[in-house]
Amino acid sequence: MANLPDESLIVVKNLCKSFEDGEVLNNISINIKEGDLVSLIGPSGCGKSTFLRCLNCLELLDSGCIRIGDVELSRDGIEQRPDENMLSAAHQMRSEVGMVFQGYNNLFPHKTVLQNVMLAPLVVKKMPAGEARGIALGLLKKVGLEGAANKYPSTLSGGESQRAAIARALAMNPRVMLYDEPTSALDPELVGEVLQVMKDLDSEGMTQIIVTHEMKFARDASDYIVFIDRGEIVEYDDGDILFTNPRNSRTREFLRHFTGTAVNY
Amino acid sequence: MPAAAIINRALGFARAALLAAALTVLAASPSTGSEALGVLRWGGDSEGGFPYMFPNPSDVDELIGFEVDIVNELAGYMGMKPEYVNNAWDNLIPGLERDLYDIAINGLEVTPEHEEAVNFSIPYYKTFLQLAVRRENRDITELEGCRGKVVGTLKESYAQMVLEELGDVEIRTYIVEANTYEDLANGRLDAALFDSPIAIYSAGFNPEIKFVGPPIGEITYAIAVKKENRELLSRVNEAIVHLRDSGKLRGIYDRWNLWSPVMATEFNDFSPRKVEMTRYDEWAESHRPEITLSSRLSRYASFLPAFGWAALVTMKVSITAMLIAILLGLVLAMTRVFAPRWIGLLATGFVEFMRGTPVLIQLFFIFYGLPNVGIKLSPFWAGAIGLGLNYAAYEAEIYRSGLFAISSTQWEAALALGMTRWQAMREVTLPQAIRVVIPPITNDFISLLKDSSLVSIITMVDLTKAYGQLAAAYYDYFGPGIMVALIYLVIGLPFVKFSRYAEKRLAEQDKDGKKGMGRNFYRTSTRWR
Repeated sequence: MANLPDESLIVVKNLCKSFEDGEVLNNISINIKEGDLVSLIGPSGCGKSTFLRCLNCLELLDSGCIRIGDVELSRDGIEQRPDENMLSAAHQMRSEVGMVFQGYNNLFPHKTVLQNVMLAPLVVKKMPAGEARGIALGLLKKVGLEGAANKYPSTLSGGESQRAAIARALAMNPRVMLYDEPTSALDPELVGEVLQVMKDLDSEGMTQIIVTHEMKFARDASDYIVFIDRGEIVEYDDGDILFTNPRNSRTREFLRHFTGTAVNY
Repeated sequence: MPAAAIINRALGFARAALLAAALTVLAASPSTGSEALGVLRWGGDSEGGFPYMFPNPSDVDELIGFEVDIVNELAGYMGMKPEYVNNAWDNLIPGLERDLYDIAINGLEVTPEHEEAVNFSIPYYKTFLQLAVRRENRDITELEGCRGKVVGTLKESYAQMVLEELGDVEIRTYIVEANTYEDLANGRLDAALFDSPIAIYSAGFNPEIKFVGPPIGEITYAIAVKKENRELLSRVNEAIVHLRDSGKLRGIYDRWNLWSPVMATEFNDFSPRKVEMTRYDEWAESHRPEITLSSRLSRYASFLPAFGWAALVTMKVSITAMLIAILLGLVLAMTRVFAPRWIGLLATGFVEFMRGTPVLIQLFFIFYGLPNVGIKLSPFWAGAIGLGLNYAAYEAEIYRSGLFAISSTQWEAALALGMTRWQAMREVTLPQAIRVVIPPITNDFISLLKDSSLVSIITMVDLTKAYGQLAAAYYDYFGPGIMVALIYLVIGLPFVKFSRYAEKRLAEQDKDGKKGMGRNFYRTSTRWR
């Protein structure tokens, strides 16, 4: 590992996760520094989404250890039943982490864009409405949606929806943002506006982990790229090096499919 | 035999068997009978019909009938105040066991089956089957003459049995007596066979119909008393003997035109009539066929207060039951979704059990069965809880399907924002689920409103029961039927309106949307041009 654990915001050690139909993550270890933008790439079914879902505890790891900031969650194996300590650690960890999901239907359809962004601060942090509103309006401005505050999600384009979803996650003031293929369901001309928001956040020093198939974005914007295949980290490196000179044959094989694919943002 | 009772009886063999089983093991709880307080609670079925007991045609709130007169005389002699308790005819005997009243009287026949369950007083009335034909008919002069003819009678009655034993008769069974005599008058039937009191009050004043032949068979009516209540039985017997010997019973039968040679023999009283048949004349007067439209309409108007009170009962039971169903259904659905597996299984078991057994049996069980284990509910609460539990099972399934109609990412997105499961449910999935479930829940409420008519079997007089009573009293199932149907419709409408409004309110966010829920998108692709 390039970084010493104490410098890292995120430390993952020997993370294993299986579902009924087999092992999905096999002994994953990785450290991520504060302010890094990391892209996870790999063939579908390789486990990169599961890895992301383990980081915010939507899936409970089978064994290993995850530390984000000061919150640590570890488990010896599936024999260890989830106890109160683990549950509270999981809940704390979620408050350190914001997540944006695949697809564009993940806003709450019964609330306006503004209400979507205000909801978690109001409910979880019990923030006064005026304060939550101020924060929410600021975030909507940041993602370029100040005009859509009172619209309902069903009236937004896919790109607008994902930008609103980013604002919604940011409202909880997370230390890390996770994105699970945030642009995969979008029309090509809408992808750029979403990626631009992530680049802006990167320049503000937000730590971000992105599961993506946007190779050009991954190469240009990431501090480094992690290639995952069959539940293992096969290779990770700076974008330019990984794309031009992959060391592993599996990486080469995977990247060959994307030659010539490029999306403007 | 009263008409509506026959219908109930046809429906009721299965539950009667169930009840019989429950009641034979009934612990003999010490009689808390109210006779000590000087009140004689008596059970009957006001829908049972004329001339036994029925609403007074000129004042529908008053119950009249020769049996009502008998009870009043009886209580007077015993120095007690009579208090009427209404119950479905089929359940008069179970109601005795449940201590709803001290005595039951309403054309209860002394049969071996009945005698197993209760004790009977000495008979207060004996009667027989009466054959009726059209005025000009000369072929049929007695029962034997019915062979090869078309004869109408009440469904499942003693008369039907007699006709079946006779053989070679084309039997037409009816639910409403009046229809039988109408068909006899217009030639669809050759003859009609009924209990004599019913025949007299259905056709005695009809110039087109005559009674022929000697009395057929034997029917004995007596007062039923709970088996344990021997002291009361002897007091009732003493009173009947007194009423018979003092001529009071004779007076009642004369006024109601129910004295017959059979009764003369029974009471050993062959003297001529001493009082005019005033009650019968009133009845015949109010049932002349040449009733004018305006008097018919003013009669309908006089039904309105009775229907209004009954509608209130229907609404009270329905709304209470629905509140129980909505809240309990929510608990059940949440349990099935969140609770540990074995508790979830209990909830599933409850849902399947309540959905899989008839609500009628559930009501019977709660009202007549639970007292066996010491749980005595009032008719209102037994009805509301019974219907509520049953509908809760349906509501639970509706909620569950509503919760699962929401995409799982909605739930995950809420949790990922740091919400607890309760917060995520309250703020995110439940509000969306509610929109999905409003139409089916409204549907269920309308259905419950109508199912609430089942509470009449546990002594409540709801809208359907009131209809039965008044229709039976007047021979008129048409006008009151339309009235009651309209009342049900009007009661249900506000809830339909509310549901539409709620749906619209909740769907408002989509009105400027392209992919909104709540819009009829099925129509759009069929309207291209």
